[in-house]
Amino acid sequence: MRHAVPADDIAVSVRNVSKTYGDVQALKDLTLDFPRGQLTSLLGPSGCGKTTLLKIIAGLLPANSGQILVNGQTVAGPGPDRAFVFQDFALLPWATVIRNVAFGLELRGLARSEREAIAEKYIREVGLAGFEQKYPHQLSGGMRQRVGLARALSVNAQVLLLDEPFSAVDEQTRRKFQEDLLELVKHEKKTFIFVTHSIEEAVYVSDQIAILLPRPSRVHEIIRPSNFRDKGVDNIRRDPEYLDIVDGIWASLRSYVE
Amino acid sequence: MTLFGYKLPALSSLILWALLWEFVGQAELTFFVPPFSEVLLTLFGMLPTPSFLNALATTAWAFSMGVFFALVIGIPVGILMGKSRIVDELLLPWVNIFISAPLTALVPVLMVLFGFGTRTVIITTSLFAIWIIILNARTGVKQINRSLVEMAHCFGASPLDAFFKVYFWAALPEILGGVRIGVIRAVKGVIIGQLLISIVGFGALFELYSSKFLMAEFWAVLVVLFGLAFTLSEFLAYLERKVAYYATTR
Repeated sequence: MRHAVPADDIAVSVRNVSKTYGDVQALKDLTLDFPRGQLTSLLGPSGCGKTTLLKIIAGLLPANSGQILVNGQTVAGPGPDRAFVFQDFALLPWATVIRNVAFGLELRGLARSEREAIAEKYIREVGLAGFEQKYPHQLSGGMRQRVGLARALSVNAQVLLLDEPFSAVDEQTRRKFQEDLLELVKHEKKTFIFVTHSIEEAVYVSDQIAILLPRPSRVHEIIRPSNFRDKGVDNIRRDPEYLDIVDGIWASLRSYVE
Repeated sequence: MTLFGYKLPALSSLILWALLWEFVGQAELTFFVPPFSEVLLTLFGMLPTPSFLNALATTAWAFSMGVFFALVIGIPVGILMGKSRIVDELLLPWVNIFISAPLTALVPVLMVLFGFGTRTVIITTSLFAIWIIILNARTGVKQINRSLVEMAHCFGASPLDAFFKVYFWAALPEILGGVRIGVIRAVKGVIIGQLLISIVGFGALFELYSSKFLMAEFWAVLVVLFGLAFTLSEFLAYLERKVAYYATTR
């Protein structure tokens, strides 16, 4: 199931990365490529180091050894080429929706009118038009994550890092999010790196799924679903390939679930 | 509060205590407690006199300067302690010592160090207020949601941006709580300073009236002081309520 991808089409490349917390080996000699313009899921049981890997790519955690390349450049810390979407949204509770969405641009020193114009565009894009002046506590969990998503989009980073972004929202909102995410990947021409613990979610939204296994943490398998992506959002969940992949992943993860 | 189905106005308990005070005063149980009405009459007679207004101005000045320094030093120090492990380990023992220390006992030392002037009164006032402000700002920063800090870092916040745009606001509910308690302590500090260091302002009035047993005047000044402290504290509590909406969702 592995397809070769030309080297210049790799947006993010993880090379031999190791990370330990004290005595615990979180990641061991991990190598993984993320194709440009596609969505790659990091999937695995809890403790497999998927969030650790995402935070190392984001530059929030230092790796003990190894290299992270974004567009061929080694990265050592956070940078404008990557934006992060947090599991718990990480919104400023004292700021309105528009200020939250524009916060990344505010930190870059853009003038207020300029950054709010951009923010308004992305607020519309995630479907929150009319909520610009609301505060996070006035929004539902799903809407808060839309704010987090709009904030990440508005800084126009080529790589979007999503850390279990839909795990704190209800199931129906989650399904809507997954459909919207597919649209977003198609239209935004960005590279998405998506951490999830849901097998169905990973198979549903991903162009490429990296299965990580713990003890020691490593890439077990890379799966690239081929033929159900273009059949429309309504048909994916009953496509035979979708079902086979879900079953296959469960078979390999089953023994790691306590 | 409601009583027998009637909604009681705010501060109605104060009215009850004032009535009791009036009763005790009228009964002439002790010269120490003149009737409340007499205290109020004395108060209104005293308010426009230059000696009272001068005392008020002197005390207000020392108080505001003391609070000002407690705020501009206390809040940043507290935030730094919350942010940095090293600063915290260095300063926390001192903060804990001074917050429980009997600061009044330190006043003579301050007089030796800084003289008998207003400067020492201001320093005393600051010393009364600053520790709880530091401790609360520190607590506020300590409980900031980890991912807010990561978010700021991720989107490229400079240390200064992170300080003013994330840490300060995230800690604001706790900071305001500390400021409210600190301000009340500063009232104590400024009066103790003006009683012990330089006998000026309200301290001098207390000294004068109590040594001459002018109890109505004595209580009148105390009522004014209580009124001012109460108003300040209520104003800060109002500010606290304004940020309470996000205190629970950080």
